[in-house]
Amino acid sequence: MAQYLILIYEREEEYASAGPSVFNEVMDAHNRFAEQHAGKLRGGNALKPTPTATTIRDDVVTDGPFVETKEALGGYYLIEADDLDEAIKIAKNCPARFGGVEVRPIEVFE
Amino acid sequence: MSVEKAVADAHRREWALVLAATARVAGDIDLAEECVQDAYVAALEAWTREGVPDNPGAWLTVTARRKALDAHRRARTAREKMPLLVVPDEADGQGEPEEIPDDRLRLIFTCCHPALAREAQVALTLRLVCGLTTAEIARAFLVTESTMAARVTRAKKKISAARIAYRVPGPAELPDRLDAVLTVVHLVFTTGHTAPIGTDLVRTDLVERSLELTRMLRTLMPDEREVLGLLALLTLHDARRATRTGRDGRLLLLEEQDRTQWNRTAIADGTALVRLGLRGGRPGRFVLQAAIAALHAEAPSYAETDWGQILSLYDVLLQAWQSPVVALNRLVAVSLVCGPEAALAGIEELERDGRLAGYPYLASTKADLLRQLGRDSEAATAYRAALALTENEQEQAFLARRLSALSPQPDTPR
Repeated sequence: MAQYLILIYEREEEYASAGPSVFNEVMDAHNRFAEQHAGKLRGGNALKPTPTATTIRDDVVTDGPFVETKEALGGYYLIEADDLDEAIKIAKNCPARFGGVEVRPIEVFE
Repeated sequence: MSVEKAVADAHRREWALVLAATARVAGDIDLAEECVQDAYVAALEAWTREGVPDNPGAWLTVTARRKALDAHRRARTAREKMPLLVVPDEADGQGEPEEIPDDRLRLIFTCCHPALAREAQVALTLRLVCGLTTAEIARAFLVTESTMAARVTRAKKKISAARIAYRVPGPAELPDRLDAVLTVVHLVFTTGHTAPIGTDLVRTDLVERSLELTRMLRTLMPDEREVLGLLALLTLHDARRATRTGRDGRLLLLEEQDRTQWNRTAIADGTALVRLGLRGGRPGRFVLQAAIAALHAEAPSYAETDWGQILSLYDVLLQAWQSPVVALNRLVAVSLVCGPEAALAGIEELERDGRLAGYPYLASTKADLLRQLGRDSEAATAYRAALALTENEQEQAFLARRLSALSPQPDTPR
């Protein structure tokens, strides 16, 4: 067993302009995903949008996210899987209607 | 046969088998590779002393597996540090040859896992399945050895760190995953068949390797029609190898090639494979491409080729595989069935599509159609565009000849 982080990158402005019905659909999709993979999920959160981010680099504190890109990290799930194939299978079900997801193995320090 | 030759033969023929079987015991690709290399070194000495064994592959596998087990005994903790692959089998490696499982498929599916970049898949396949050295792969793809070494190392690290499974995919994933494997093997072939850069048109070593890989896949997956399709396609293309360049190394077009020099045995083999592949259900993209190649190979001349049937095969192929390169090749058939004007309209559509920007054959096909229509000045522009995009010297020379054969262009500086 290994742990993977599913990082959800999406275009924030699409959420900003989407109405409550879209928001509800997305929440439902995440609830379904969480239910479907309850046995494999080890945690997860949505993040507040990037304007709330603060970056610290070389002790200099600035506003905004680390890198300005079209798609921003909006949330994540921590999952447990046998191998990358299983992690990909789970990640394919992860809702990301305005973007995509990235799967990263969790580093284990011995 | 000298011992050196026996070891070299075993290296070429048995490397994949030995490495794949050793990986299962080693639990880690790097360790497996090291043990297999050691086994080949040991073979040189042992076979000189005791003679070449009846089954060199089994001898090498047993030796390499024993080395892997020894390594594990020496470093018990290694297993935790190297989470890759299966839990090492405690089989002691002493088994009879027939007890050693054939893991070559697991090895090639791991090398061609979609989580790896295409160029990494190709490099890993040549390194791990074919046993080419990093230096040899670097030479074949004309990159420096350190670049290639870094590429291979990165890919292996990802296999280990992300836990890419050492397994043949299940039936649900198999079609896509097999397609990735066949794409890699095909890419090895095309790289060898028309070397993208350099002075020689064909790099025989890569062509041979890709044929060997496909034959291996056919042995291991005899019921997969796309494997038959790829083997047919490569066999039929390779049947024309001797005629693709003139005596001076000059590139010859399909219509200029001496068809009496085509390898008839290979064409018969390839055509038989196509028939087998077409049987039962909708054919896949490799079978369809092979069917097109078979029609070309069987035609007595370029003019007498069954272009109508080729065009309808392209129509089916384009449905199975929406590739702009296929669309471009289809247009060549369109030009012969419906005339260059109709094909040119399709070319302009492909230009608007944009996915083939930078693809030299789009410009050269356009140039050729314009030349046929007598629109020489536009043809010259297109030939120049194609020239700027190709890096193979033989292809450059060919385009330059075409360009200079056009009627003089007062309005364009030459």
